[in-house]
Amino acid sequence: MKSVRKLMRRSGLYSLVGGFALFGAFPFYWMLIATFKRDHDLFRPENNPFLFNEPATLDHLRLLLFDTHFLQYLLNSFLVGLAVVIITLLAAVPAAYSLARWARGWGETLGIGIFLTYLVPPTILFIPLSRFASGLGLQESLWSLILIYPTFTIPFCTWLLMGFFKTIPKDIEEQAMIDGLSRLGAMTRVVLPLGISGILTVVVFAFTLSMHEFIYALTFISVSAKKTVSIGVPTELVRGDVFQWGPLMAGALLASLPVAVVYTFFLDRFISGFTMGAVK
Amino acid sequence: MSRRREGGDRVLEVKSGIRDRPGLLAKLMIAPAILYVVAMIGIPFIMAIMYSLSDATTGEPNYRFVGLRNFGEALADPVFRLSLKNTFFFALVSQTLVIILSRIIATALMKEFRGKWLARFLIMLPWTAPIALGTIGWLWMLDSIFSPFDWIFRRLGLLGTPGALLGPMQNLYWLGQPGLAMASVILVHIWRLLPLATVIQLAGLSSIPRDLLEAAEVDGAKPWRRTLEITIPLTAPIISIAFLFGLVFTFTDVTVVYVLTRGGPVHSTQVLSTWTFFKGIEGGDLAQGAAISLFLFPVLAGVATLMLRMARKREVV
Repeated sequence: MKSVRKLMRRSGLYSLVGGFALFGAFPFYWMLIATFKRDHDLFRPENNPFLFNEPATLDHLRLLLFDTHFLQYLLNSFLVGLAVVIITLLAAVPAAYSLARWARGWGETLGIGIFLTYLVPPTILFIPLSRFASGLGLQESLWSLILIYPTFTIPFCTWLLMGFFKTIPKDIEEQAMIDGLSRLGAMTRVVLPLGISGILTVVVFAFTLSMHEFIYALTFISVSAKKTVSIGVPTELVRGDVFQWGPLMAGALLASLPVAVVYTFFLDRFISGFTMGAVK
Repeated sequence: MSRRREGGDRVLEVKSGIRDRPGLLAKLMIAPAILYVVAMIGIPFIMAIMYSLSDATTGEPNYRFVGLRNFGEALADPVFRLSLKNTFFFALVSQTLVIILSRIIATALMKEFRGKWLARFLIMLPWTAPIALGTIGWLWMLDSIFSPFDWIFRRLGLLGTPGALLGPMQNLYWLGQPGLAMASVILVHIWRLLPLATVIQLAGLSSIPRDLLEAAEVDGAKPWRRTLEITIPLTAPIISIAFLFGLVFTFTDVTVVYVLTRGGPVHSTQVLSTWTFFKGIEGGDLAQGAAISLFLFPVLAGVATLMLRMARKREVV
């Protein structure tokens, strides 16, 4: 009797988790299957949409890779991400260290203040920033994105890093200073190497956040070859009213999966940093 | 604790030079981040307020003060009122559902079972992929003719035959009917934000001391009482953080609505942030756009205050 109940509870657990896993992953399966389906198979309402009714094809991938700017979009996203990561680290690492070590009174408020700017949405900022960009002659330039994306990566990453730095015992750097290193020396030679996992997490997040960004890129970039992958795929693979679903899905899948895999590895660190910042 | 730290610093101040002066160093190190935030968030924010009080357009960006006219015009516009209502509706409905569902998933994921890493990876996928691209996948799933949902309904005889439960048409036209379009937008918001909420809830659940629950069990507390009197109160702060975050995300999101419906059909899924975009950027009316976007601010300020208050409270504990 007891084992039957246990079995039922197990299968309940599996179907619950399985259901949610299906919900989360189904759109990606849907992209995968459209990527390799022939148009003739894809566009027949009576065909079973979940399976291949005709042999698979590489036509959509070929079109995506060789007849569109898709690879250029990927490159653009990569370049923007890289530059944003560098700017973010330069600003967030010292700020987070400073807040984690010396924050009392004003520092604490400042730390929370920086974090709260993360809540000021692009919706309010994109109109004035579009004037900024055109004033600086940066419209249609990736530089405008490089300049603007740190507005959300710096606050967020400062907050994350603050949590990570707080976990490094103060005694370690005090020891280093007694051994003759300066404050700055203790930070760069002792604390940073210990905080490397936190810094790596921030690199991943600054990069993926900038790769995910949509609305600024949509506002500032309209020349096809300058687009990032996040706006290039949804806007350029639709010719007039015609959605080229095969290549569109192929593009969405190819750009999503690598990011998803990398991101997943860092999710735990992200969340511990996130909650640590919030708790202490 | 803090007294000890001050003492430590004083000893170090015996050595001189910038590299060893914590006070100055602290300010120097935090300066770049602050300057960046002030220049790229603070100043544009003030500019947004100024634009909202002017009659600037993209064609004629010269500044002319017109007072509160833009806000008045926005409020008189039925599309604006509809998008204000939709913004709240989308955010509240999707986040309430997200909190409930994420709690269920988190509770399940706290248990040990085979294939857990795979389940976790799949459940987390929506959060890790770029939102615009995930939404494109949904756009194809909600296609007016080739939607797999419609196909299943047709196969089950719920759709496409005279007298069928969901109507005699071959398709439901998910994004073509106001009610279904709203449901679709909410569904995609839930899909997108469920992983984040789940992770936050997991963090909350695993922070509960195990002995506390065990002690309650030994004392004879039933599972529902343990949930009600230990788990929920102890995880309440972290649940509210998840809720507020999700609220801000949905409240300010442009991508889902823009990619799925562009606010249609007939503005039935229009929200403040997409309306700002269409008016201010595509329509070129900078002043109106800025005024519309500023309506978001009181709510965000409210959320921010709540978060601050919670952060303070947590530190006391």
